[in-house]
Amino acid sequence: MNKLKASLFAAAAAVTLAAGTLAPGAASAQSTLRIGLAEDPDVLDPTLARTFVGRIVFAALCDKLFDLDENLKIVPQLATAFEWAGDNKSLLIKIRQGVKFHDGEPLDAAAVKFSLERHKTMQGSNRRGELAPVDSVDVVDPNTVKLNMKAPFAPLIALLTDRSGMIVSPKAAQAAGANFGAKPVCAGPFKFVERVAQDRIVVERFADYWDKGRIHFDRIVYLPIVDAQVRLANLKSGQLDFIERMAPSDVPGLKNDSRLKVSKIVEIGYQGITINIGKSDRAQQNPLGKDPRVREAFELSLDRQAIVQVAMDGEGVPGNQWVAPTNSWYAKSVAIPKRDVAKAKQLLQQAGVTNPSFTLMAANTSDAQRIAQVVQAMAKEAGFDVKIQSTEFSTSLNLADKGDFDAYVLAWSGRPDPDGNLFSFHACKQPLNYAGMCKPELDELINASRVELDAAKRAKIFEQIAASVAKERPIVYLFHRHWLWAYTNKLSGLRTIPDGLVRVQDLKVN
Amino acid sequence: MATVAAAAVPEVQEPHPVVQVLRRLVRRKGAVFGLVVVGFFVALAVFAPYLAPHDPVATSWLAVRKPPSDVYWLGTDEIGRDVLSRVIFGARASLLAGVISVAIALTVGVPVGLFSGYVGGWADALIMRIIDAMLACPFLILAIALAAFLGPSLTNAMIAIGISATPIIVRLTRAQVLAVKVEDYIEAARAVGNPHLRIALRHIFPNIVPPILVQATLAIAAAIIAEASLSFLGLGQQPPAPSWGSMLNTAKNYIDHAPWMAIWPGLSIFVVVLAFNLLGDGLRDALDPKSR
Amino acid sequence: MFNFLVQRLGQIIPTLFFVSILIFGLQQLLPGDPAIALAGEERDPSVIAYLRAKFHLDEPIYVRYYYWLSGVLQGDLGESVRIQKPVLDLIVEKLPVTIQLASMAIVVAMVIGITMGVVSAVKKDTAWDYAANVIALWGLSTPNFWLGIMLILLFAVQLGWLPASGYVRPSEDLGQNIATMVMPAFVLGNAIAAVMMRHTRSAMLQVLGADYVRTARAKGLSERVVVMKHGLRNALVPVITLGALEFGQLLSGAVLTEQVFSVPGFGKLIVDAVFNRDYAVVQGVVLVTATTYIVLNLLADIAYFLVNPRLRA
Repeated sequence: MNKLKASLFAAAAAVTLAAGTLAPGAASAQSTLRIGLAEDPDVLDPTLARTFVGRIVFAALCDKLFDLDENLKIVPQLATAFEWAGDNKSLLIKIRQGVKFHDGEPLDAAAVKFSLERHKTMQGSNRRGELAPVDSVDVVDPNTVKLNMKAPFAPLIALLTDRSGMIVSPKAAQAAGANFGAKPVCAGPFKFVERVAQDRIVVERFADYWDKGRIHFDRIVYLPIVDAQVRLANLKSGQLDFIERMAPSDVPGLKNDSRLKVSKIVEIGYQGITINIGKSDRAQQNPLGKDPRVREAFELSLDRQAIVQVAMDGEGVPGNQWVAPTNSWYAKSVAIPKRDVAKAKQLLQQAGVTNPSFTLMAANTSDAQRIAQVVQAMAKEAGFDVKIQSTEFSTSLNLADKGDFDAYVLAWSGRPDPDGNLFSFHACKQPLNYAGMCKPELDELINASRVELDAAKRAKIFEQIAASVAKERPIVYLFHRHWLWAYTNKLSGLRTIPDGLVRVQDLKVN
Repeated sequence: MATVAAAAVPEVQEPHPVVQVLRRLVRRKGAVFGLVVVGFFVALAVFAPYLAPHDPVATSWLAVRKPPSDVYWLGTDEIGRDVLSRVIFGARASLLAGVISVAIALTVGVPVGLFSGYVGGWADALIMRIIDAMLACPFLILAIALAAFLGPSLTNAMIAIGISATPIIVRLTRAQVLAVKVEDYIEAARAVGNPHLRIALRHIFPNIVPPILVQATLAIAAAIIAEASLSFLGLGQQPPAPSWGSMLNTAKNYIDHAPWMAIWPGLSIFVVVLAFNLLGDGLRDALDPKSR
Repeated sequence: MFNFLVQRLGQIIPTLFFVSILIFGLQQLLPGDPAIALAGEERDPSVIAYLRAKFHLDEPIYVRYYYWLSGVLQGDLGESVRIQKPVLDLIVEKLPVTIQLASMAIVVAMVIGITMGVVSAVKKDTAWDYAANVIALWGLSTPNFWLGIMLILLFAVQLGWLPASGYVRPSEDLGQNIATMVMPAFVLGNAIAAVMMRHTRSAMLQVLGADYVRTARAKGLSERVVVMKHGLRNALVPVITLGALEFGQLLSGAVLTEQVFSVPGFGKLIVDAVFNRDYAVVQGVVLVTATTYIVLNLLADIAYFLVNPRLRA
């Protein structure tokens, strides 16, 4: 007992000591930044990686050809300029000179070619689909590559702001083969030190980083802490400097905490309800999938503003398209319908089903469950009998893939180009098209939007697509969350970029 | 069940043995407390529709996370439902989770244990190796895998907890069978030519009731906690229906600014589980012939 | 003794065989195509096809079992698909964490359990008895995740005495290492204390009623000496054995506590792997912890055998 007490004391003393040394030390310059992640990332290989959370770590490890700014404008990173050429069927990219990989190797056009080809051909690559329109990559000169396509491809540059645009050291990648993810070697501001699964990922400042003037930490430690409450507790007690994806309900509580700050921005993804309108036979077996009028009634029964308020504590904006109303690609001609229970009931009467019943599949996560419950209660007022089917997440994906559902509460983390939120979801037979949407006219429009490089013309096409999708309702888009970051008030330089990734450049402790 | 137990104890002396057990039980204050608390919550669960002031699943957008008031005595939850009504209805789910999962464990475990212990030989050896294997896999992991396999729902959580709790019942039953199998009166019954099934049911089974009863009481306590744990992982009672575990799981997200959501389901679990544990310990003492 | 050992050792093989079938079978029963679960957000068909082929997902279950088992017998537990690391490496990485947490939890359990068990037995049917009972039982009567979050809010956020969660290697900072482990160990130990208390209590009651203790009392030894020297010493054997078994259970049974406190141990590893359908990890880790548990069980049996002369006949 005494021994235990003694060690407890020692522990408590150690904590106070650590806290004590931290506070004054901060006056000089804190050298380690500790970031709490909501999940444990998957493999740290840009070619194989597949989770959102992994991209947060990549933001420190692997620079990309291009990057995004706060307004989703594309800005140069490893590339300095680009130019469409040859009937817009090829893209010339100028590579920044003098950039080095973490292993000291030079980053040149050959390395870019290597990485892009690796993304395209490596077994199990998750980039292959994205880069499919790119036929080949040529090295024009040591600082220029040329990407060749069969047709112009508007989303290409935006794709190169994400993992497809990450350049890995060819030497290291060749040496490590499939195990590259165990010790990734890129050209980002920080280099990989170690990873303990489910515990931490440690990276340290890369001395030869091309933009090192904007890096103010020696080390970053990423700590996956799944529970939002515990993540916040760690921030409050000083074990963390920064947390991503804080719970919306915790935002008001932090207003009174002068030691902490909250930043937010509307996400590029969306939250919505996918309806099985043609994925499987089940679409014809329930009124919702069978009759567009019932879907319209369902949408009219929902008050999006109230859903955001109740399910997300107001931390989000209502939406009705695959991009948020704040996005420049949002089709303003297709407005968010107001809640109208009377009209919903009328539509149901016309459809001959006054009390339609369907199951709403929701993953057993608290967000999805809250949304499902609120939707259930709202739809009930119009006469809908919604049965919530809680399903473990992996299982729900499988059921969705098989079309074994009526409606499904599903979120998408979003891609910078609207195509990433649209094509795979609404084009015929695409992998994420769980609704079973398949209309040749729509496919034509979507394909037209992909080859149109002129932004104004492209926006016009998106308006047509939005009108068509809004009529058919394969997905009833509900809202767009705020990305919520909380951090110590000593930290400055955070850029709120709508893709939700934490840029480490400019971050510093005052 | 208790009367069967009495019938099998040879040479009944003055007060009925059940009466003796009850007397000893009543002498343990902890057990009495347990009995009263369990009784109270059972009544709550049974009469929930009459006791609950509101509909436990009715939402109100205008009353989200409101502190206790005249209308909502224990406040409202994250989508504006009455916490008191949910705690009352939650008693149903949580007690059912405890009782049914243990009933499943008993229904499977006791016959298997009886068979294994009575028959012996290679069948016994085989069954015991399987039971050993099940015990070697952690309870919660088994339950999680089973609940994920069956799909998240209260019923499936009960099945998962029941199956995971079975090996202990099998072991306990078998151990009791082995202990009484060699007793004289069993030998005698066998010598007279009674069929095996009859011996197992009439002569052996009653002897294993007391320890099983104790184990079952404690297992109910463990099962209620297990349901709460599965709820934490989203595999227990599913919304909008309440159970204490699922309420607690949701409430933890609002612990800072809506503590009333967490206090009552948390307290209910604590009190009920403590009550079952005290009752089980009391029963053990009362049923133990060695205790004074 | 020799026969007993041979017999018990002989039982290990079939038990392990059933363990392997159980964990393999349960995994494969899980709904949800692991290829889809692992293919990530894009769910690229070519990736799904690649994963299916790589992990033999299209082959019958017994063929997959054969692949897995033959790998295991050659010391290859497979590879985590999710983070692409050999399962064996993951186990080696997490073993010290898990052992430390389990050991600290057992110490907590023994301190609380044995103390309360002795008090409860010596002061049977008094207020002390009931108080000891409730103290030992409260940990068992509170869901671990709940107690954990409460402790974090109290000791980390409100009082600031302990770090909220996480893990620090002892080689980096021993004080911090212990500080991060105190709360999870307490939560786990507290839940086991009740079992320890029950066993201590009944063992103590048995010993205190035995003839030789009565003789000792009759000789005029003080009650304190009787309790400590005769009672506790004899009651300790079964309780320590029990501790060994609970330790075995804790290796992979600390699931929710590890989750809440972000302790990177076996429990968290297994649960995450179950939800991510990372089969090889679940199978490998459970196989290792189950084997440990079975071996500890064997050692406990041997200990019983040695101290219990009646069994030796």
